[in-house]
Amino acid sequence: MRKDRLPLRRRRFALSLLLACAAIISLAANAVPHPQQPNAKEELLALPGEIGHSGGRLVVSLRSEPKTLNPLTAADTPSREVIGTMQADLVHINRATQLTEPSLAKSWKISADGLQYTLTLRQGLRFSDGHPLDADDVLFTFRVYLDESVHATQRDQLIVGGKPITVRKLDAQTLVFQFARPDGVEERLFDGLAILPRHLLEKPYQEGKLGQLWTTSTPPNEWAGLGPFRLKEYVAGQKLVLERNPYYWKTDANGNRLPYLDELDFLFVPSADAQVLRFQSSETDIITRLGAENFSVLSRQQRNYTMADAGPSLEYNFLFFNLNDLGDKSSADLARKQKWFRDVKFRQAVSAAIDRDAIVRLVYQGRGAALWGPVTPGNRRWVNAAIPHTPHSLDRARILLKEAGFSFSTGPNGESTLVDSEGKPVEFTILTSSSNSDRTKMATLIQDDLKQLGMHAQVVPLEFRSLIDRVTQTKEYDACLLGLASFDADPTADLNVWLSSGGTHLWNPSQSHPATPWEAEIDRLMEQQLVTPGYDQRKKLYDRVQEILAENQPMIFLASPDILLGAKNSIANFRPAVLEPYVLWNVEQLYFRSGAENASR
Amino acid sequence: MKQRHKLTKWLVVLVALHGIVAAAGFFAPYDPTEQDRERPYLPPMHVHLMDAQGHLHLRPFFYPFRLREGSFDQYEEDTAQIVPIKFFERGTRYHLLGFIPSRLHLIGTASTRIYLLGSDAYGRDQLSRILYGGQVSLLAGLLGAGVTLLLGALIGMAAGYYGGWRDELLMRIAELFLALPWLYLLFALRAFLPLAVSPLEAFLLVVVVIGMVGWARPARLVRGVVLSVKERDFVRAARGFGASDFYLLRRHILPETASVLLTQAAILVPQFVLAEMTLSFLGLGVPEPMSSWGNLLATLQQYNVLVSYWWMYLPALAIVPFFLGYLSLATALQERTSPYKMEEKTSWNLS
Repeated sequence: MRKDRLPLRRRRFALSLLLACAAIISLAANAVPHPQQPNAKEELLALPGEIGHSGGRLVVSLRSEPKTLNPLTAADTPSREVIGTMQADLVHINRATQLTEPSLAKSWKISADGLQYTLTLRQGLRFSDGHPLDADDVLFTFRVYLDESVHATQRDQLIVGGKPITVRKLDAQTLVFQFARPDGVEERLFDGLAILPRHLLEKPYQEGKLGQLWTTSTPPNEWAGLGPFRLKEYVAGQKLVLERNPYYWKTDANGNRLPYLDELDFLFVPSADAQVLRFQSSETDIITRLGAENFSVLSRQQRNYTMADAGPSLEYNFLFFNLNDLGDKSSADLARKQKWFRDVKFRQAVSAAIDRDAIVRLVYQGRGAALWGPVTPGNRRWVNAAIPHTPHSLDRARILLKEAGFSFSTGPNGESTLVDSEGKPVEFTILTSSSNSDRTKMATLIQDDLKQLGMHAQVVPLEFRSLIDRVTQTKEYDACLLGLASFDADPTADLNVWLSSGGTHLWNPSQSHPATPWEAEIDRLMEQQLVTPGYDQRKKLYDRVQEILAENQPMIFLASPDILLGAKNSIANFRPAVLEPYVLWNVEQLYFRSGAENASR
Repeated sequence: MKQRHKLTKWLVVLVALHGIVAAAGFFAPYDPTEQDRERPYLPPMHVHLMDAQGHLHLRPFFYPFRLREGSFDQYEEDTAQIVPIKFFERGTRYHLLGFIPSRLHLIGTASTRIYLLGSDAYGRDQLSRILYGGQVSLLAGLLGAGVTLLLGALIGMAAGYYGGWRDELLMRIAELFLALPWLYLLFALRAFLPLAVSPLEAFLLVVVVIGMVGWARPARLVRGVVLSVKERDFVRAARGFGASDFYLLRRHILPETASVLLTQAAILVPQFVLAEMTLSFLGLGVPEPMSSWGNLLATLQQYNVLVSYWWMYLPALAIVPFFLGYLSLATALQERTSPYKMEEKTSWNLS
């Protein structure tokens, strides 16, 4: 159901995987011998939390097969989710607290001018194949990320102020990152940037084959990572099996090496309903990305599992109108409609007429939050609580429409029709994605709300790709209902949506100059928060962005669903979060309470 | 004599069923698109004659449903309040048969809305939606069958009567039509149409598509009949007297195909109702908020609806009497018009 979110900033097309086999053969010939003796004491990271015991196999379902295991080319959600359990980053965002914490780097220091970051690596760490990690691996990783010919999805993030970040090594454990200008994101930048094994990848990199490497069918001995699990087996079309990484660098409070689980299996289950059935029949241990309806079905029949509502997600659904400047290409019909859409009072009236509480109740069965701005209540640190929650009011909508020059004419059957200043009835279509029943439902509710205002809206469910094509390429549409999910709580995650030059600035994407003064102001504020250090200052800037958006309603924000999930009762340390990956973020700490139940499977 | 009786019986049943659907505005208590957002997925209400205290009421009544605290779709009867059901009540405005304005409804209530067959995800009355949906589905079936039979009869007669290369060509085209993957062509066709298709356009599209798809089979049947009839003595005699092709077809051959066409019609109508349901189920039919049996059933694609709300299956039951009626009519027609069958039957009776 949720597969059709727009990929945001990291959107890049995966390279062809055709040459993979050739690359693998050449790699096998150059396998590096594993050093046996550790040459320094390991600096492990001890995690607080419930002490568990080792063993067991956790089975999780994925909506589709991961396209790749290569962090450089991974753009789809399943790939990112799998890679997240197999790789590690220098600094990590704790999904529960939404704050950064040390990861492969045990500490970091930011210079006073905000241009220099000094990171210190943990000593004695090893990749999952036993090869030691040192600063050269980090240097190599960032060289690869920044190499234009590799087309890494991470490259955009590492260009700060128009210049790539430079990295240099002070000693075997210490690295200095040099920025061209201060970056407001600060050390959050390093989250999700997997550190790659130089000993395996340097040769393919020099041969220019890096993009085709590490497909799902890579033999396990040609693969290495720093995450809690490592590759064991891949069965095409069925599952991906990961096993415990014996060299993992985290321990529990008692000093036992994590992860607790012996094995982590990802089953490929193509539909949401099939995932529910698999979970009900105990074939999988955890279910995430649940819709409210399936959640209530599972809650009703609860037996050996617990359902959890982690609160509003970062997904925001919204209705937006076509505000593109189409010039001569525009049809007369659309140009006439755009005259209404451009009027802020028209948009405010539509917003006032929409019954958001009904959307939350009927679409999400009450498991969601009504929205008046783009930042959901789930994003505790960044939401602007001062944005007015304008109540649903048809009267206010009518007043706004009258002020904007619209009038009401009464038809023969007593139904009233809204007409514009030229006497034309207000009619438009709302596109939605046909594969997302939640949004189709929202559109049907909005259609009925707008009927009360005398507007005739028609809902057109379209296949997701052709919908995106219409919105971003041909721009032949009236209005559209979509949702976006930020992958991080930080405002920079949605930069592409709010900047007028951004490709996901949906109502009028990729502008060369901001079309309106308020879009120009948002541009300015967003650019400014990028370079402003310190949360308080940035929050003030981003609050203003949220205010401008709420006032001008380029997107009429509707509702945000809760993160709904379920897990077997036997799984301990189950602490779902609203950031992706909702459950597996602490996969190294998950364990089975009783060995008996798991063994019986 | 008995056959004739059977035929009239089924005809009466079918006319009555169609009458109910045609006068949906009168039989349906509410407008099918009217939402009641406080009552999503309300189960069918129970009509009582006896109240909770054991008193008998002359007028049937029901207890309104109340949402259970903190729940989204769990209701309980509120026995404190009795809502009597009124007959011939004035309610929402509608047009009987599409043109007679009226406000009269068979049943209605003064206060709380009545849901005899429950409500859907938006709190719309399922009974009203089934009745109005039937209008779309049945009309599509009838019109579709009409288009098909017209095309089939024309093409079949042309092929059978003229024979030769024309026969070859038409029959090969018919085979092509039988072999085409229609569903995929439909999806392609839908992609070429303008974005916003009004309900009327969508309906016409469904009818035309349904009609275009099915002509091959009746055409082959008609061709077979024409092939044998055109060699019969009375046709040869008429031709000998100098009758034109058109006269022969109209006067002598067409009447002979009537029984085949009638039986085909009785078989095709329910088939085409089903085709409309398939198209709407796949999202190619009439758009929301209009209802048709197909898009009513489309909600069953969701697992949670399937397991939680049994009354969403009811549109599937609605077609059963229609199918039964049409197929029995087809059987009765076939028995009446086929002398061969009659003989067989009587001889069996004698033995």
